[in-house]
Amino acid sequence: MSVNNKEKAKSAANKPAIMGEDVDLTKFTREAAPLKYQTDPSKLSVATKKKMLEAGVMLDNPDQRTGTFIQIDNTPVHSSVKQEGVEVMPVSQAIQKYDWLGDYYWKAVNVDTDKYTASVELGQNDGYFIRTTPGTKTDFPVQACLYLSKAKLAQNVHNIIIAEENSELHIITGCTTALGNEPGMHLGVSEFYIKKGAKITFTMIHGWNPEFAVRPRTAAIIEDNGLFLSNYVLMKPVKTIQMNPIARCNGENATARFNSVLVSTPGSNMDVGSRVYLNGKGSRTEIISRAITTGGYITARGYIEGNAPEVKGHLECRGLLLENKGAIHAIPELKGTLPGIDLYHEAAVGKIAEEEVEYLMARGLTREEATATIVRGFLRVDIEGLPQMLNEELKRAIKDSEKDLM
Amino acid sequence: MLEITDLKVAIEGKEILHGVNLSIKSGETSVLFGPNGSGKTTLLMTIMGFPRYRVTGGSISYQGKDVTHATLDERARLGIGISFQRPPVVRGVKTRDMVLASLKDKNQTEMVNSLAGKTDLLDFLDRDINHGFSGGEIKRSELMQLLAQQPEMVLLDEPESGVDLENISLIGRLINELLQKSSPMHGRNSMGLIITHTGHILEYVNARNGYIMLDGIISCQGDPREILNEIKARGYEQCAKCTFRSAQNVC
Ligand SMILES: Nc1ncnc2c1ncn2[C@@H]1O[C@H](COP(=O)(O)OP(=O)(O)O)[C@@H](O)[C@H]1O
Ligand SMILES: [Mg+2]
Repeated sequence: MSVNNKEKAKSAANKPAIMGEDVDLTKFTREAAPLKYQTDPSKLSVATKKKMLEAGVMLDNPDQRTGTFIQIDNTPVHSSVKQEGVEVMPVSQAIQKYDWLGDYYWKAVNVDTDKYTASVELGQNDGYFIRTTPGTKTDFPVQACLYLSKAKLAQNVHNIIIAEENSELHIITGCTTALGNEPGMHLGVSEFYIKKGAKITFTMIHGWNPEFAVRPRTAAIIEDNGLFLSNYVLMKPVKTIQMNPIARCNGENATARFNSVLVSTPGSNMDVGSRVYLNGKGSRTEIISRAITTGGYITARGYIEGNAPEVKGHLECRGLLLENKGAIHAIPELKGTLPGIDLYHEAAVGKIAEEEVEYLMARGLTREEATATIVRGFLRVDIEGLPQMLNEELKRAIKDSEKDLM
Repeated sequence: MLEITDLKVAIEGKEILHGVNLSIKSGETSVLFGPNGSGKTTLLMTIMGFPRYRVTGGSISYQGKDVTHATLDERARLGIGISFQRPPVVRGVKTRDMVLASLKDKNQTEMVNSLAGKTDLLDFLDRDINHGFSGGEIKRSELMQLLAQQPEMVLLDEPESGVDLENISLIGRLINELLQKSSPMHGRNSMGLIITHTGHILEYVNARNGYIMLDGIISCQGDPREILNEIKARGYEQCAKCTFRSAQNVC
């Protein structure tokens, strides 16, 4: 992109992130062999498709999807779209097509945020561009998969997602890997632009491995009456993940909602939060997170800042410790800069209440069954504003991972 | 048959029940009166097997089996069921899940809606259990779960307290059904032990025996209506000295 961005990136190339442990980028390579384009993604190997399906990306059943983007390592191996007014393509292709795209590059996320954003600018290996034209509503979700198959690769992607005025865009994205226990790294910048009266729902399912380092950098800008709804599920092991997506509700009555479900197994270190700036009059947010540890470490952050009249924000962080190891650190924060705002939070961290277990046991469930029922309830998501189909798929993804938990 | 012999129970090291004797025959329902803090709830919770209520002496036998140290869920599966006075809210666990979990026959999932209809709780099935429920809704929800569970030994802790007059007849009918569901006519032998303050429940349930609990001891035994009249006329303390005194507990 512009020289300016490159220079800023260079100056931040060694700048550690303000949160999360430092990842030594020199231990990873950015190089990966180019891969063949797949016109028909259902021809990908059965094993690959299975992994992708676990992360919500279905390739054998394409009528359930409006569009598909698949990137393996550094190569976008497939992109297609079936609906007029919806665009899905590699970002490298979009740059050729639209000279205005530069206006959206590094406008929501700062290029010099830290060494990870810098690395994406300096070593970008593509990413996706998804856009709905004004007034278009996707019939089915668009699916995107970022897949890593080469050991020690750091996948750098830059995604741009735009919902033009009064359009509605539903996206399900799965990030996962073929690697069983070898290290890899995912660096993903995602910039969302939600124009006046538009709506984006973004459902992201991550499935990594115990040696993976993950540093997504996400931000959304929401205009008048726009809605950004983000759902995040991470229930598989990861070595380290740190992300703190930002939503700026700049427009009047703009809304941002974040839901996340985190399960941390021994050896996993997760630092996941959401930050919302309520800058537009009457803008609103709700941040809800559920965290479970069976021995891993979770930092669950939430931050809401109210900077405009009549804004409302609610932050709810609940953590459950299932074993006598691991930890959950909930950090809910609220900041108000003027009167007449309404922000509140709830946070609770603990083990399952014995009283609740006994209640279910009195109905004849064993202790194990009672515990499992309570954990399932804790993880239950029913997300308002999400299409029924995606709600079902989210539930299925959570259910599949529950098996590993009990 | 439920047989309780010289039962002593401590909570957090403090003895609350000091040697309770009580037996309920198959097919019979008994009611338990007594002032606040006398140990009625403690007795029910101990019969159900809540670990917080530690048995320090005596025994509980159920259907000829010593269950004094059986776990909560073992007792539930043997056919003992309880309605909670203040059940916990379990976030994310829906009322429907609780009814499904309680079902005696796990295949009869279609029963859930009819039970909810009967208890006037259709709108509650998809709500988190007990979350924001009123007192009366909690009572009905507890009875709905018990109707699903179909226990042979039904333990009810003040089922009518806090219920308005309109709902009390519904509660009464539900309890009656619960006790009849497992009646000898249906090939089973239901038993009930019901704690009541007001005695309203006697208008709906055919109880054979009444007992008064005073300071962790069963002090009287007799016809439940006569006991209720005595309590109303003379209060619990006088009643302790009354003619219905049980043979085992001479004051
Ligand atoms: N969890 C507890 N910890 C300590 N004392 C308790 C606890 N529960 C009940 N008690 C005591 O045990 C006694 C009997 O209580 P309870 O069985 O609830 O009486 P009732 O149901 O007859 O009103 C009371 O003195 C009460 O304070
Ligand atoms: Mg009581």
